Amino acid sequence: MALTLARITVLANPKRFLDYSSALLPWTGGVAFLLLAVGFYWALFGTPPDYQQGQTVKMLFVHVPAAWMGIFVYALIAGASLGSLVFRHPLADVAAKSAAPLGAAFTALALFTGSMWGRPMWGTFWQWGDARLVSELILLFIYLGYIALWNAVDDPNRAAKAAAILALVGAADIPIIHFSVEWWNTLHQGPIITSTGSSVHPSFLWPLLTIVLGYTLLFVWLWLLRMRTEVFDRRARTLMLAKGA
Amino acid sequence: MAEFFAMGGYAAYVWAAYIATILTLTAAIVISLRAHAKARENVRRLELEIGEGDKQA
Amino acid sequence: MSAFRALLFRDMKLAFRTGGGATLAAFFFALIATLVPFGVGAEQLLLGRIAGGVLWVSAALASLLSLDRLFQADYEDGSLDVLALSPLSLELAATAKILAHWLTTGLPLVLLSPVLGLMLNLPVPGYAPLFISLLIGTPALSAVGAIGAALTISIRRGGLILALIVLPLLTPTLIFGAGAVMAAIDNAENAALYLLAAFSVAAVALSPFAAAASVRLNIAG
Repeated sequence: MALTLARITVLANPKRFLDYSSALLPWTGGVAFLLLAVGFYWALFGTPPDYQQGQTVKMLFVHVPAAWMGIFVYALIAGASLGSLVFRHPLADVAAKSAAPLGAAFTALALFTGSMWGRPMWGTFWQWGDARLVSELILLFIYLGYIALWNAVDDPNRAAKAAAILALVGAADIPIIHFSVEWWNTLHQGPIITSTGSSVHPSFLWPLLTIVLGYTLLFVWLWLLRMRTEVFDRRARTLMLAKGA
Repeated sequence: MAEFFAMGGYAAYVWAAYIATILTLTAAIVISLRAHAKARENVRRLELEIGEGDKQA
Repeated sequence: MSAFRALLFRDMKLAFRTGGGATLAAFFFALIATLVPFGVGAEQLLLGRIAGGVLWVSAALASLLSLDRLFQADYEDGSLDVLALSPLSLELAATAKILAHWLTTGLPLVLLSPVLGLMLNLPVPGYAPLFISLLIGTPALSAVGAIGAALTISIRRGGLILALIVLPLLTPTLIFGAGAVMAAIDNAENAALYLLAAFSVAAVALSPFAAAASVRLNIAG
């Protein structure tokens, strides 16, 4: 833990971050693609149809990883926001800003795949009774608001701080939102078997975990790319000012 | 093989989900790579220009 | 606490002036209740079932109306800087503003709700839960809304983005508030009002800190 913290402070220097990240990039990208290739091949060709759900269970492998990433990325943004506000780490807001569109994309994908999965299962493309799906929809709105705030505030420093506060307020509220949606469902009907509710059979679990790991590394790869882009853009802005002088 | 594509009759849903996934991930990758290359190129160009300016000055 | 009181009364007075938003919110609230039957049909049973939810949604929207000016008006004429320098902490100032907003925007909605419930054919058991849930819940609307207002101070036409960032955060208030009404209508019991109260208390207690932090980042040079 202390080593991680030390490393994070080392990365405060943009130049050093660029060096570290360029070393990491090929590694994370390569392993990500490998894991995804293996994982999806395994998932599509190596798993049997489910006893209850038939072949629709194959959607488990695209829905669950996307949903997991949507939440995981938000947690990262919340952590980075904390780092930005409390510890004043110089690259924390870069990290948060870069991660957001990726998290939003994963969440939107989770909603679409969840809807596709739901159609054969529930008979409808949308089910208000699925607490996870509904919470994901609200999470998507929270992501969009977060991104909109970054774009709406003119001054980049103010935007960073405002977005950080919003991210933390959202982080506090999201568990409450999830709880309230679940509670709301118990009012209408009994417990609904959600698309991801019941435990996963072992023969599905390993390909699923492989794919989840692949998604995570893919995210890290894209995240590093986007952070580097942001660092480059900031450097460009400074250079433009120097040029003008 | 046809059986695989039919996905037990649920082909439309399963493949829609998978295609959406591939499209989204590909788009994210392409957009991020392009933006990255462009930003890096921009910085290189600016650093060169300033280097030139310093030489002339 | 006289500084607190002074700020409170000042904000309340401003709210009741034209462009202040207080009476506007009440009108908006009533207007939505009037428009809904045109949208869903005048069938009495249907209206009665959705009345609680409709009134809760319109309460949330109505309270948003005057929120974007909560800090922005003072920001524009420099009063916010003066406020920051005053002996009153920004957290307390935010609390005063939230209280003023609730008294001038939220409370009128609470008082209007039985009348609008009548118009929407709310079943008799629903009136008390509607009134109480709005009474307990509208402070949360003002409190969470104030955070959004503080975050969007420097944004022109910030009202829209304020709504976008605040409304998802208010989901629990809506769920518990409307849930309380629904339960009463269905002759069931649930913990909705307690959950709503818990959320409101937490929101009112914690949001001044977030709002003050947001104000600070906007007035710091």
